[in-house]
Amino acid sequence: MPILEVNSLTVDIDGEAGRHRILDDVSISLEAGEPMGLVGESGSGKSMTLRSILGMLPPGASVVDGEIRFDGRNILSSGSGGRFDQRIRGTGISMVFQEPAIALNPVMKVGRQITDAIAEHRGLSKKQAHDLAVELMDRVGITDPDRRASNYPFQLSGGMRQRVMIAAALAQEPQVLLCDEPTTALDVTIQAQVLDLFRTMQQDEGLGLLYVTHDLAVVAQLCSTISVMKDGQIIEHGVLQEVFDDPQEEYTRRLLTATPRIDEDVAEETR
Amino acid sequence: MGKYILRRVLLMIPIVLGVATLSFILMKLAPGDPAAAYLGDKATPENVAQLRQAWGLDEPMIIQYLQFLAGLLVGDFGQSFIFQTSVLELLKLRMPATLLLMLMSLVFAVVISVPLSLWVAAKRSAASAIVSRVFAATVQGMPAFFVGTLLILVLGVNLGVFPVGGYGSSFGEHLYSLVLPGLAVALTICPVLIRSLTAALNDSMSAEYTNFALSKGLSRKRTVIDYAFRNAGITGVSILGIQVGHLVGGALVVENVFAIPGVGSLLMEAVLARDYDVVQALTVIFGVLVVLVYLLTDVVYSIVDPRVRLGA
Amino acid sequence: MSEPMTSPATGTGGPNGGRPPRTRGGTASRATPTARFTLPLPAFMRRHNLQLWIGAIILGAMVLLLALGPLFVTDDPNRQDLLNTFAPSSVAHPLGTDQLGRDVLSRFLHGGRVDLIVAVVAVIVPFLLGTVLGSLAGYFGRWVDIVIMRLADIVSAFPFYVLVIVLVFVMGNGMGSIFVAISAVSWVAYARIVRGEVLVLREQEFISACRASGLSTPRILTRHIIPNTVSQGVIYAMSDIVLNIGVVVTLSYFGMGIVPPTADWGQMMNDGQQYMGTGNYGLILWPGFAVVIVSFALALIGDGLTNTLKPKR
Repeated sequence: MPILEVNSLTVDIDGEAGRHRILDDVSISLEAGEPMGLVGESGSGKSMTLRSILGMLPPGASVVDGEIRFDGRNILSSGSGGRFDQRIRGTGISMVFQEPAIALNPVMKVGRQITDAIAEHRGLSKKQAHDLAVELMDRVGITDPDRRASNYPFQLSGGMRQRVMIAAALAQEPQVLLCDEPTTALDVTIQAQVLDLFRTMQQDEGLGLLYVTHDLAVVAQLCSTISVMKDGQIIEHGVLQEVFDDPQEEYTRRLLTATPRIDEDVAEETR
Repeated sequence: MGKYILRRVLLMIPIVLGVATLSFILMKLAPGDPAAAYLGDKATPENVAQLRQAWGLDEPMIIQYLQFLAGLLVGDFGQSFIFQTSVLELLKLRMPATLLLMLMSLVFAVVISVPLSLWVAAKRSAASAIVSRVFAATVQGMPAFFVGTLLILVLGVNLGVFPVGGYGSSFGEHLYSLVLPGLAVALTICPVLIRSLTAALNDSMSAEYTNFALSKGLSRKRTVIDYAFRNAGITGVSILGIQVGHLVGGALVVENVFAIPGVGSLLMEAVLARDYDVVQALTVIFGVLVVLVYLLTDVVYSIVDPRVRLGA
Repeated sequence: MSEPMTSPATGTGGPNGGRPPRTRGGTASRATPTARFTLPLPAFMRRHNLQLWIGAIILGAMVLLLALGPLFVTDDPNRQDLLNTFAPSSVAHPLGTDQLGRDVLSRFLHGGRVDLIVAVVAVIVPFLLGTVLGSLAGYFGRWVDIVIMRLADIVSAFPFYVLVIVLVFVMGNGMGSIFVAISAVSWVAYARIVRGEVLVLREQEFISACRASGLSTPRILTRHIIPNTVSQGVIYAMSDIVLNIGVVVTLSYFGMGIVPPTADWGQMMNDGQQYMGTGNYGLILWPGFAVVIVSFALALIGDGLTNTLKPKR
């Protein structure tokens, strides 16, 4: 049974120019431990799909149809209210945001940001929360975590901030990690390091990964399945290698040729 | 942080000097002769000339200017002829009421604006937006004296709950007398305050860090307090600081409506009686007061914002 | 959406997009006179710009009333009738008479004309002065910027009403003084807005293109920079008019503005306050509510203009 299921999700948004469909009959099925890439150009609805899984649609957006199931539980049902079960946040699904520079609270120490949610849930003491934060920071490869924990985000480098965010996502011990272009805002060398971190974590801990990006090279390194989005719809889905070798859609083909050819070996390695 | 504050203080000096200079120039442009005004109608030209010499009014302009600056430094602001006392004495007498009024207005303004802004920002509904906009647009157009008069009408004359003027003689009476004036001043700065605070709150509530906090499963309450409010609050410090000019302006008008013996009504009395030294001194003092509050705001800001405190 | 904020406005650095303010300018330069923020109004209101229309209709009605009213209400606003003071409303005096037996409606109509005309006309000079100084400061930077903006800092260190009252003290009561006083103070807000706009514009490619193609500096400024800053100035002007109405009425209320015998809302309200104890509230309430309605309409128009004239960046 898939751990995360999005069934024919349809979302509209009220904008200046009237009502507008941003997600159209989107269905995704993610098995436990499966790393899936979700690719498409900007505005195709990738980020919106991720955000709707955590019930964080922008103001004016409403769910017209569809449901989302996590671990067999229905967390979002459509209809008039379009109720979203907020309890799902932090108890199975975590999210890593695109820009750590704006996604971390600028006026709170990073250590506290990593564990504040889990500390609240479990009633951890300050000391326990701090120790946990340090442990998590160590795990995501932050050197000198004890000192870094009492830094503010502006005192950290971009790559370090992204590691903090990953640590915060891991703190909830998720089964599925949603990643919204988490390396786009980083330098190329740092990008490689962070990607490496994602891969190790995914493999070591059997994390389900829904990885949004426009970069097919990243998908090739990290994912085993791929979904292609265009204009709010998923137009193609399949096992990574099959889609890469034999894309069914013209759009996917163009996307593939537009990207510098990916090293086959790297793609193999991740399978 | 120390460096930041030091820089602010250094930046303040030319502005204070400019404030003093502008006040001096304005007074020299004013028609009439302070010495003649001081002595009244029956003074002989010789008497006036004597007094002009005693006050240094026949000195070259640059000397007068330097004497004026020197006087400011030692607290010698000149003489008031309507009250026949030194301006410094008048200030000591009148300043407390104005400061208390401003403080009270600030408290009222915060008590009104903060919950309203929170409500608008939290609701994010069309209704709350319209209510707050209509309130702001309505109050914004009301001159402070009109708000004061309305309050007198409703709460003072008709309901008789609050005194319609005066200042009382004990501290308790002072506070009680200042309720309506304070409310009048507060209401005039509320529209701007609500607008800026709502904007700051909206920014922080829709900020990515708030989304991130929610995505971690942090409760809504904690998210709003630790993420949205903490950030909006820091912006709020400067928003409040900037209101001081309006606060002084409002106090100036409202003191006259409610006959409160503060420096605002003193300024009006001095202007109407052409009491030069008092007008000049108050002009400088109001300007310096505003600059000082800006400085204070910057200091508070540098304490509450870690980016400034730790030197980003 | 603009606010009548006369004291500090954007000093260093232009619009900061809602991010925490930069530390460079300190409090004095942190506030933005036209916060680019719109309330979450319902989509249909934004789409049809209802605020602009509602505001324009209210203001239009008021202007028509004041413009055409005196054609029908032919009572001389200054004709006294001491035998008929504080008369209740009647056919001859729909709003009754004041403490000197003058017709309140007629005074209201004539007084409103004076106040509104003064308030609107008093926007012109600060607008032009602020636009010129602000664009010079923004475009040339360096010492031009420093001189102009320090002057702006000094002017805005004074509370608005203090400076205006002191200027009236220096120049004497009357309409001329009001104009000069408002002009001397209000240019600062325009200068700061325009400077902020110019700082952004200056870096844009079409300006570099102008420079590269050898256009003279005055021509770039007058043809390409200033026209692009006008919309923000116009938006602010709406709330500046509100501010001016407040100043004119307040000064007249204190007997420092419009000089009798010219009728004016501020004096009417002062008369009204003196006789408030006798239960004659009309003298305060009619002009007072008229001020509120006009300001309300202008605020809506300002909102509407913000929506239509939003800089497209």
